[in-house]
Amino acid sequence: MFSLLKKFKSGLAKSAQSIGGIFGRKKLDASSIEELEEALYGADFGYETAEEIVEETQKAYKKDKELRGSDVAKIGSSVLRRVLQGSEGRIEFQEGKPTVICLIGVNGSGKTTTTAKMGYQFKNEGRSVLVAACDTFRAAAIEQLREWSNRLDLDIVSGQHGADAAATAFDAYQAAEGRKHDTLIIDTAGRLHTKSNLMEELAKIRRVLQKHDEAAPHYSLLVVDGSLGSNSIEQARVFHEKFGLDGLVLTKLDGTSRGGAIVGIYRELKLPIFFLGLGEQAEDLQEYRIDNYVDAIFGSSEDEE
Amino acid sequence: MFESLTDKLTSAMRQFRGNAKLTEENMAEALKEVRAALLSADVHFKVARQFIERVKKKCVGQDVLKTVSPGQQIIKIINDELIELLGEGTTELSTKKPLKIMMVGLQGGGKTTTSGKLAKRLKKEGSNPYLVACDVYRPAAIDQLETVAKQIEVPCYANRGTKDVPFIGELGLSQAQGAGADLIIFDTAGRLQIDDQLIDEIKELKARIQPDEVLLVADGAIGQEAVNVAKTFNEAVELTGIVMTKLDGDARGGAALSMKAITGVPIKFAGMGEKLDEFDVFHPDRMASRILGMGDVVSLVEKAQESIDQNEAEKMANRMMEADFNFDDMLNQMKQVKKLGSMQSIMSMMPGMSNMKIDDKAEKQMKRSEAIILSMTVKERHKPTLLNASRRNRIARGSGVRISEVNQLVKQFQQMRKMMKKLKGGGKGNMRKMMKEMKKNGGAGMPNLPGGGAGMGGLGGLGGKLPF
Repeated sequence: MFSLLKKFKSGLAKSAQSIGGIFGRKKLDASSIEELEEALYGADFGYETAEEIVEETQKAYKKDKELRGSDVAKIGSSVLRRVLQGSEGRIEFQEGKPTVICLIGVNGSGKTTTTAKMGYQFKNEGRSVLVAACDTFRAAAIEQLREWSNRLDLDIVSGQHGADAAATAFDAYQAAEGRKHDTLIIDTAGRLHTKSNLMEELAKIRRVLQKHDEAAPHYSLLVVDGSLGSNSIEQARVFHEKFGLDGLVLTKLDGTSRGGAIVGIYRELKLPIFFLGLGEQAEDLQEYRIDNYVDAIFGSSEDEE
Repeated sequence: MFESLTDKLTSAMRQFRGNAKLTEENMAEALKEVRAALLSADVHFKVARQFIERVKKKCVGQDVLKTVSPGQQIIKIINDELIELLGEGTTELSTKKPLKIMMVGLQGGGKTTTSGKLAKRLKKEGSNPYLVACDVYRPAAIDQLETVAKQIEVPCYANRGTKDVPFIGELGLSQAQGAGADLIIFDTAGRLQIDDQLIDEIKELKARIQPDEVLLVADGAIGQEAVNVAKTFNEAVELTGIVMTKLDGDARGGAALSMKAITGVPIKFAGMGEKLDEFDVFHPDRMASRILGMGDVVSLVEKAQESIDQNEAEKMANRMMEADFNFDDMLNQMKQVKKLGSMQSIMSMMPGMSNMKIDDKAEKQMKRSEAIILSMTVKERHKPTLLNASRRNRIARGSGVRISEVNQLVKQFQQMRKMMKKLKGGGKGNMRKMMKEMKKNGGAGMPNLPGGGAGMGGLGGLGGKLPF
């Protein structure tokens, strides 16, 4: 657990200091409030959450002129915890039939890489995983997942470039049942949420899966690039409206980006977050935990000792 | 969000009426709204602050224009500033031959697709392109570039035998030059700006191939991180341009402003879709209204400024004052209003009303009135008292309306005239009151605009404002 947290922190905050760390034990003044604002906006929390933290800090400062940086971190993390309450998503696997997880998202958000990482992680947990390459649109997307599956020794079903993605998904479910896999992860083509014809294709994928299992896909997860700003909320909103989402995976959090977009998304849509992507390696996918996330952002109490 | 900034600005500027000059005080609230809009469009915090300062300096002391509301005036100034900032520098690529272009950026920004698009575009313009695959990390990245190259019928150099990227670059360069290419595009792997090892790699690649252009490819929806990304890449490999991708989505694209403001590197291209020809040079004006989320309010303001002929309006005001108003003047007014475009398009450009569906009733009504007037003889237009029953009957048949409609128009016209007579000698001070009265009475023959009640009051130079 400790090492997990450490990896998380070193991943999430590779070069960025935690926000709490910016002030340390220094007493607060006007310029540090500005610094706080900058750090909060810089984290892509979104306007509401950033303003909420600033306002609460200012309120506390009015009451107590001796307010220190560490107190600000406490205020920030308590607001963040409040906003993120209930945001931890967990996969509950089906009994007796394959659990189907469908990864969707805009272009370049990291669906294929996440498919591979997720498959690898489930496999290490003792599950029998099949991945389905249903991105039949982007040049070489199928080859990309196939190469991952070779590296990680994952069973794969793939369509032809240009083929019908739904047909591949249908075949993949059949293969999962036939080959006795208990987990099926479906990688889909990237699509901007503004393209309604491509959203139709997603609906079709679901329809054909439901011919096998009415509850499938059991988890439709939106893969969101953690370095994006407020548009990720819009992406989530539209995908959720048009397709129905069960939760999110946030990727590319190994940069200096703090992935604050999840705060905005959760605040607006109450979609739980399942995993965080922290790098390009197979093992760089972590279960999302509020504590880890908040601590990585504001610094945990141990940091200040 | 899109409409709300305009709405907020309009309400923030409401108490503003009557002020003759923009000052720091009377703008404070409006600028706060602008700041919020910039921040929620993902403009970097510091950049937003600097930008607001810049706008403030521009605004303070300006006279409030008569033709538009102060809120609109501020929007216009902001928009102009944004365009200026975004548009600094050239979108042109270097004219060197052979032209070597290196693409860099984060993962998933769209480098490979953009390499293909750029090659396709420049091929069409007569270049002889060659692609070089330098992404040895992402599985199947080379396959992707090769597939793209095949689609656009451009040769592609790939080397799967080594992971030595600078070496691959050199080999690709000499092969491309050997083949007589005059445009060589190097597609590199996506990398985080804080990954020192990979940053060193593109530095080395750059040193060996000596590119003429280094383009940063960035997702149009990127957040606050954009500043760090652009800054670090610029320091490492001296960018010559930025390409914003995925602009066919609905991201507000504030990052464009951040990156431009922080690095000074011009934004050269915009990716607008997955197809290889959905690619365009960067248009700062489109980006500006996108960031502000103003819909087309700016173009409406501009349209209003240019299309309402100030002289014409003044002449009419004078005639009205002299109670010499005739049907020709009325026709003129309609033409002025029509110059702004169809009612629906005017509505759609107006904040808070873009969703409002107006039927074309008002528009039809105006057309009918126009037809009626056009069916009158010149004499009748100048001397409406001539309009007896038989003349009215003729006009109705001529314009294809019922006689009651002709009667109605004549009645409205007479009311209008009566009011003007009342006003005669009252001086300009009564003008406003009269306009108000006229609006109440249904705009004297002019159809009422929903929500604005503008009718004729919308005409500049008459002391009225545009209908919002």
